[in-house]
Amino acid sequence: MEALLYLGCTVPVRNLNYEVSARLTAKALGITFRDLEEFGCCGFPLKSLNVEDTLVTAARNLALAEREGLDICALCNACAGTLNEVAHQVRTNPETREKINQRLRLIGLHLEGNVRVRNFMRLLWEEVGVEGIRKAIVRPLEGIMLAPHYGCHYLKPSELNVGFDSPETPRTLSEMISATGATVVNYPSLLDCCGGGLLGFSEEIANAMAARKLEDVSQSGAHALVLVCPFCNVMYEGQQKKIAKSTGLDLKAPVVYYPQVLGLALGMTSEQLGFKLNRIKSATLLKIVEG
Amino acid sequence: MTRINLNDLDPEFKHKIAEQPGGEGLKACFACKACTAACPIQPLDKRYDPRKIIRMALLGMKKQVLESDFIWLCSSCYGCQEVCPQNVRFTEVMYAIKNLAAREACIPPGLTVQRSLLKRHGRLYEVGDFENDKRLKFGLPPIVEHPEDFEALLPDQSVNNTPNHGATT
Repeated sequence: MEALLYLGCTVPVRNLNYEVSARLTAKALGITFRDLEEFGCCGFPLKSLNVEDTLVTAARNLALAEREGLDICALCNACAGTLNEVAHQVRTNPETREKINQRLRLIGLHLEGNVRVRNFMRLLWEEVGVEGIRKAIVRPLEGIMLAPHYGCHYLKPSELNVGFDSPETPRTLSEMISATGATVVNYPSLLDCCGGGLLGFSEEIANAMAARKLEDVSQSGAHALVLVCPFCNVMYEGQQKKIAKSTGLDLKAPVVYYPQVLGLALGMTSEQLGFKLNRIKSATLLKIVEG
Repeated sequence: MTRINLNDLDPEFKHKIAEQPGGEGLKACFACKACTAACPIQPLDKRYDPRKIIRMALLGMKKQVLESDFIWLCSSCYGCQEVCPQNVRFTEVMYAIKNLAAREACIPPGLTVQRSLLKRHGRLYEVGDFENDKRLKFGLPPIVEHPEDFEALLPDQSVNNTPNHGATT
């Protein structure tokens, strides 16, 4: 299948390990990503200032995709959530659609609302499937223990994820981790929010939110915490050392992106998958897998 | 406890919030507190209490809500929205409240910086040769900025750009 790869603002600048591993694993599993140079910000950062600015900024990307006649696959949970939410509003609310199109007209675009938006995990889940992933594995990650973190906008608002996953008892990421041959580690704060949304307003509260999960994962015996969102990454990887210092907790939670571990199981090397860009190193994990 | 002077309340405040996109559900709240119980911020900062913010809004405590710095503490996790039996959609109500605050009271400076970056580059982070050289090393295609649409899409009158008191950084 073919989809437009929506990179957003953060991933292509700060998380090249996520982008490179997503592209490689998608290709290996029969997904063709096409790039669209004109894609811009999803609009999420504007929502607190003006919801209508978010609507038009998201709609611009949706209209560009609709013109190409292809669905969107977004890597960031916040981008996927925002684009999906606006696509949903355009589909269900003719008044909103008209208001958006009035502004899009200024830049020569038009939106009907037919474009479908999924995050990378949903695309894998629906287009490749757990069985499809399992069949493609050439190097099962035996003996590797991985702790999943979904992230809020992967699961919520649940009205946008009907038929995909449940916000109370999520399973898709866990099952796709199992498919690589690794063991899924369950831990008490699985559903916690990373706190990334308020890092810019109160670092103290944001860090306190992330600390609990980092402590749980450090104590769980997991070789790594598995993420799918660059916002969550800012908290769990970017802030980890700072949090350890300020709380005095003994934190040792290597952080990886799901396509990085999937890629290892598909036989790719840690170098190809950008592991050298991971700041909290997964030394034990890579030693077990690559020797 | 601070006394509330009835003369300082604005009975129109709740209607104003409900008129904003996303604010429609506010008046359906019957104060069950499920939102507060689901909120990950409230245990860490008691001032950010969804049920209390709704009561303040319904009472008309416009100044105390819009000029507070706690309204910017929502992490947008949608926990409150998922558990609400009345479909208040509190995460969206908070956006409606923040939009009003941005227009009428105060904006945290970081948000206006993000908006101007977005207008200048079409994205949140500027992409130059340094970033594209790094991308090239990983075999990734260059990012080309397309800011040309954003001047028309995001006119300046839609937000109040004067920084005001009360907002945290």
